[in-house]
Amino acid sequence: MPHDHHDHFHHEGMSPSGHPYRADDDAPLSYWQRMEIAVRELLVEKGNLTPAEIAAQIEAMDARSPANGAAVVARAWSDAAFKARLLEDASEASREMGFDIGPLHLIAVENTQDTHNLIVCTLCSCYPRNLLGLPPDWYKTRAYRSRAVREPRSVLREFGLDLPDHVTLRVHDSTADMRYIVLPARPAGTDGMTEAELAALVTRDSMIGTGLPRQP
Amino acid sequence: MSDWDGRRWHDMGGQDAGPVPMDGHDFALWEKRVDALMVLCGQKGLFTVDGLRRALEDMGEDAFEKYSYYERWIAAVNQNLIEAGAYSLEELAARMDEVARRGPTYGEAQRDG
Repeated sequence: MPHDHHDHFHHEGMSPSGHPYRADDDAPLSYWQRMEIAVRELLVEKGNLTPAEIAAQIEAMDARSPANGAAVVARAWSDAAFKARLLEDASEASREMGFDIGPLHLIAVENTQDTHNLIVCTLCSCYPRNLLGLPPDWYKTRAYRSRAVREPRSVLREFGLDLPDHVTLRVHDSTADMRYIVLPARPAGTDGMTEAELAALVTRDSMIGTGLPRQP
Repeated sequence: MSDWDGRRWHDMGGQDAGPVPMDGHDFALWEKRVDALMVLCGQKGLFTVDGLRRALEDMGEDAFEKYSYYERWIAAVNQNLIEAGAYSLEELAARMDEVARRGPTYGEAQRDG
């Protein structure tokens, strides 16, 4: 296939974030969409919510992305006192950086040379959404929820992470009130990098434990 | 005697399952709205996350297999709101019928859409 065609073919039907578009808005109105519209309108009419509050909440959620978590990780990599506070109380340390953590009890678990951490919610989908945004679809699947606590090394291999046998793997099961975020180990060769440069190395999956930070 | 192991269907940790499906999708507007309704109703004290969880877990495994994440969530949000007396089942039914008459797609079914 000629190269120019290949490029075009590759991007067709993909959103700016590289995901396929979901055929919702053009598909026939579904029962559950009708319910969402009805519930929302009734709540507004009864004075429980305003359209502005709903729009602001969506905007706030859209603004949350793994970049927030990456900023926290980069700060911890650069500032030993902050890292100590983060490991002591991740909710408070994140709030210190201006992130809205809500009432959640957030716990940061630290990866080291000989310990790797992985987070899961076996019961549903609890996730450090205030620092990472909404969870990826795979986090909510039966396969991940079931297997992450029983054969985590095999699950990690599916993510391309082959953990050496000598590394201890700790799996943390989240609840609605208690959520985890992984503090990945700072990659070698990053001495002298700024916080912003370090943050660019921190991937979403490295904060879930299904990946490692990028190498500089 | 039952040989039930005491687990409900949603308690999946440790069970056998296939490879992790890696495909994702961008959230649609209606899904983001469901998420926003859940968060805001919780903040306003209309129901708690435990109420949401109870409704989701009581739907059973069939709903988990059959419906998408935010389909189950709007059902759970709605159930909690009806229980809280935010509106009645009749009001919901009447409004859902009215919404259906506005147009065939999500965009057209908005009041101002």
